[in-house]
Amino acid sequence: MSEDSRQLLEVTDLSSSFDTEAGELVAVDDVDFKVDRGRTLGIVGESGCGKSVSALSLIRLLPQPMGKVRSGEVWFDGRDLQKVDRDEMHEIRGNDISMIFQEPMTALNPVHTIGRQLTEAIHLHQDVSPEEALEQAIEMLKRVRIPAPEIRVGEYPHQLSGGMRQRVMIAMALINRPKLLIADEPTTALDVTVQAQILALIDELQQEMGMAVILITHDLGVIAENCDDVVVMYGGRVVEWTSTRELFANPLHAYTKGLLRSIPRLDRERKTKLPTIPGNVPSLQEMPSGCRFSTRSEVEHDDESIRTRPDFKEVSPGHWVETCPYCYEG
Amino acid sequence: MKPLLKIEDLKMHFPVKGGVFLRAMGACKAVDGVSLTVNEGETVGLVGESGCGKSTLAKATARLLDPTAGRIEFEGTDITHLRRRELNPVRREMQMIFQDPAESLNPRHSVRDIVEEPLVIQKRGSRAERGKRVAELLEKVGLSESAGNRYPFEFSGGQRQRIGIARALALNPKLILCDEPVSALDVSVQSQVLNLLMELQEDFGLAYLFIAHDLAVVKHVSDRVAIMYLGKIVELAGADEIYENPKHAYTKALISAIPVADPSLDRDRRLLEGDVPSPIDPPQGCAFGHRMGHPKWEASVGMDLALREVSPGHWVQPCPCCTDES
Repeated sequence: MSEDSRQLLEVTDLSSSFDTEAGELVAVDDVDFKVDRGRTLGIVGESGCGKSVSALSLIRLLPQPMGKVRSGEVWFDGRDLQKVDRDEMHEIRGNDISMIFQEPMTALNPVHTIGRQLTEAIHLHQDVSPEEALEQAIEMLKRVRIPAPEIRVGEYPHQLSGGMRQRVMIAMALINRPKLLIADEPTTALDVTVQAQILALIDELQQEMGMAVILITHDLGVIAENCDDVVVMYGGRVVEWTSTRELFANPLHAYTKGLLRSIPRLDRERKTKLPTIPGNVPSLQEMPSGCRFSTRSEVEHDDESIRTRPDFKEVSPGHWVETCPYCYEG
Repeated sequence: MKPLLKIEDLKMHFPVKGGVFLRAMGACKAVDGVSLTVNEGETVGLVGESGCGKSTLAKATARLLDPTAGRIEFEGTDITHLRRRELNPVRREMQMIFQDPAESLNPRHSVRDIVEEPLVIQKRGSRAERGKRVAELLEKVGLSESAGNRYPFEFSGGQRQRIGIARALALNPKLILCDEPVSALDVSVQSQVLNLLMELQEDFGLAYLFIAHDLAVVKHVSDRVAIMYLGKIVELAGADEIYENPKHAYTKALISAIPVADPSLDRDRRLLEGDVPSPIDPPQGCAFGHRMGHPKWEASVGMDLALREVSPGHWVQPCPCCTDES
């Protein structure tokens, strides 16, 4: 396959902002990444780093009217999603690209049955009879391993457990066999044993259907076990982008290194001092225009690097990093 | 080591009402016969999935709930049935930190008022002395003195948790019940708060009952770890021992479910089927064996499932379905 036909999504220079009382806040600032067909890209970062806003921007679901995409291109399967009209975008969403969210209870409609919500998604994108749609819905519930799907289709979201609801969300997202699934912290609200089930399920359905996945998470463990490539975000920017193996074996940016060091691990000696990243994530207004990590770095930055945005460069094949002279040793 | 807190066969049941006349239909057995000791200066970790009763256990221990049965002994005194006023001296010694500092701090009070409140309630010192103590506490948890004039919303999650810790420390307690103290925090901030808790333990000889669902976090800070499933403790051992040598099938399943931040590991996962069952009318016998549909589960019905010591300090629920020891 040529490089072009393998590639499903290419995001270049994507910027998004919100209008707030404090003025325009740029939440995503010139972000680039790519996803190949059938692969899994992880986006990792702490709260407020712009990982969810990036995902919402690319499918044009930013909260209106405050949110807007300021610039950038989102090439998906030969089309620029920022240029297509609303009807075409409707067609793409739910059909070619689906999204699942952290809290399924807020994403599912509490007053409609599971069956009605699933068949609605089918009717929107396929021309089938109600009976056929219901059959497809039951079939899909079976595939996400919901016990007694014939009974569950007639039930309401509150009658299901958290793990079951997330399964319903996945069923709904995958019912039209999308090419890309965006999963925004799909397991954060779940227990570890249920998290393992859900991630295994996504992985299995991905193998079966050959879709690509963007997995947004704050958990580096989830990244290590489920992703092919990783984008590390901080303060609305991508600071590092490479394959998962490379990132864990050879992290280059000071923020990535700090994050990897500070996770509690089972093999670390107990009751020892954990390495930390000093300080807190500054608010968007307080972010420096240059190296965003400069306020928390252990190395003091000079004025030049605080003011001027460092280049985002490919420093070895497939390994991109923001080349602030204090956060990256080139 | 001197035992500080001794919980014996504690039960916390809530009536479940239903029907036309809201009669009691059954009981939600949130905590169902838990025995646990916390020694002076020790950290005991309590791990389990949501709904297993770990928070209820903490609340009953702090006597924010009235236990259905069992006994709670703190510093040698039975506090199970003490009345509100009689609990005052106990509360000086036993404090609590909660998961969501945004919800456990009064948004209308300044940080100074929040940290000072326990001192006011317990009638400690003059106004000036209290002011001095507040400044000292804020410094201790890594906040500037000027933070006292500000309000909780002005702080980030990690800083708010520091305020909660300062409040808990105000009366020099011996025991702090920590209910998921770092679950709401980002990774880089989480390790800061864990370091602070460990430092304070060293400085003041504090004991912690540390409740969390993240096993890696619990293992790091704890001396001993108890694993809780559906209202009961199924395994209790030294923190290293329980990870290196887990005996109960549920402990093994939990450890195997943690995602490990190392892509070069190819792990053999045992996936658990199903969800945590409801504590309303829980199954008889071993609840985990029941969830797994284990062929030997039936043998555990009617058995005495009290923890048994299989090696020094390592206690396991002796059911035929989940342990090889019995």
